[in-house]
Amino acid sequence: MKLPTLRDVGTEAKLLLIGIPVFIWTMVPIYHMFVFAISPKEDAFAGKLWPDHPTLHNFHIVFYQEHYFLRDFWIQFWNSTVIALAVGALTLFVATAAAFSISRLKVPGGRAVMNLALFTYFIPAAFLAVPMYRTMGNYGLLNNHWSLILAMVTIASPYAIWVLKQASDKLPVELDEAATMDGATTLQLFRLVYLPLMMPSLVAVGTYAILLAWNEYLYAFLLLSKDTDITLPVALGNFLAADDSPWELLMTTGFIYALPPAAIYYVFKRYMVGGLTAGAVKS
Amino acid sequence: MAITLSASDVPSPPLSARLTPPQVWGIVLLAPYLLVFLAFVVYPVCYGLWLARHPASYVALYNDPIFARAAVNTLIFLVIGINFKMLVALFLSGFFIQQRGWIKWLSVLFILPWAVPSIPTILSVRFMLNPEWGMVNQVIFKLTGDDGPNWLNDPTVALTMAIGVHIWKSLPFWTLILMTGRLAIPNDLFEAADVDGASWWQKFRFITWPSMQVLYVTCSLLSMIWTLGDFNSVYLLTGGGPADLTHVLSTLGIRYLRLDQLSLSMASIVCAMPFVLPLIYFMMKRLSR
Repeated sequence: MKLPTLRDVGTEAKLLLIGIPVFIWTMVPIYHMFVFAISPKEDAFAGKLWPDHPTLHNFHIVFYQEHYFLRDFWIQFWNSTVIALAVGALTLFVATAAAFSISRLKVPGGRAVMNLALFTYFIPAAFLAVPMYRTMGNYGLLNNHWSLILAMVTIASPYAIWVLKQASDKLPVELDEAATMDGATTLQLFRLVYLPLMMPSLVAVGTYAILLAWNEYLYAFLLLSKDTDITLPVALGNFLAADDSPWELLMTTGFIYALPPAAIYYVFKRYMVGGLTAGAVKS
Repeated sequence: MAITLSASDVPSPPLSARLTPPQVWGIVLLAPYLLVFLAFVVYPVCYGLWLARHPASYVALYNDPIFARAAVNTLIFLVIGINFKMLVALFLSGFFIQQRGWIKWLSVLFILPWAVPSIPTILSVRFMLNPEWGMVNQVIFKLTGDDGPNWLNDPTVALTMAIGVHIWKSLPFWTLILMTGRLAIPNDLFEAADVDGASWWQKFRFITWPSMQVLYVTCSLLSMIWTLGDFNSVYLLTGGGPADLTHVLSTLGIRYLRLDQLSLSMASIVCAMPFVLPLIYFMMKRLSR
């Protein structure tokens, strides 16, 4: 074995000098949340770096809804899940149809629609929140899950269409021509040729929409208000209403809430990195 | 009396006859998005503009010190937050492309702030900064014996913390993007530079930066748009407080809404448009090529 030279050690030390602060910076808020989740109240509020008596009791309280703030935990979890899945499915439907129409069928005006969608994508969602809230009121959809689902589909689909259009522009035109020569109708072309080839991008876009909806706080708290209607992030925000909030339970619930998106992200990472980051910024 | 037949009298074939079947399908498949767009973008935007039509709203905004403060805060948030974040991301993208086992693992963890929802982590930071029970002040007390500052009670510190939370959340994403930019640079350029004995600064100055500057500027502008719309970092950390001194434009609209001042809420958003629209125009030119 070759001994490392002084120069190698120096480079490694310099890299560690960057790596260690990066590690601490990244992990501190997450570690803090985790420590709270496994701490009894006294330990948590004593600001201990590690609890004297780590316990899973907080998870027990959350899962059995044994606290005033948590009495609707499971129904809120269910709301979050249903809304996220519905947004994922609807966004996929709307965006795939639109991308196929614009990119493969070259529908007249398709380019203009693409530009309008891109324009929507770049308006910060927080700026659209107030008019969206009033609009949902006018439509009579406030406090109805459909308001949040439709709002999130509106926000998710522009980017979804754009990513799918980029991906479908890369498919060779000859494919469509060959299928049409063999007598395929447009719908068969869509179902049997287009969808299978687009699978990786569809997974990326569906995941993107689901995560966006699961993570959304602002729209959820504007559009839904009843305790049994709200999603988990709104419920987390509601903990702040009281002065003596049970922060250890808030952090436990937050930890449970953060797990599914983190897991989904890591499972679909290869799709996300290929499909989304490359598409996010084209230099 | 002469009968004149102009072209318009001849019935034109119905629309459906002029379109080929794929085009009909194209319109049918585009319809769901168009409906969503009309119902949930066009209508709300027009309605919002209509609500913001009174000049009196703008006078009221002009006279509201909280609005002026929020505008200044937004500017500080953008200028400091984005430049600092992008510079660090540029630096870290160079760090993370190093071929080391432990750096690979670190990069997996480094993505966490981006992968987890922002609400629980921001609230976690919020409690960490609690002057009495927060971990930060407890550690300060143990190390120095002094009480730490009341982090979120001072507008300057609180805004800085909100910027910090924003950077914590979005730094991984931009580092990842800039990494793809760095990895696209052909390696033989660096090898040739090594042969010529170039210093790391020369390699950065004459190879890395010229190939990345377009990407860097695009990222900064896109980040600017997204940062303008960052509601969570401020709202969940400081709630706009103390005394409404840390609002930014994205939280101010919600504040007016909660006070039932709807026209002010819309007017404050309209006031941000002169800044947002040029950015959007620029980004669209970039992306729709």
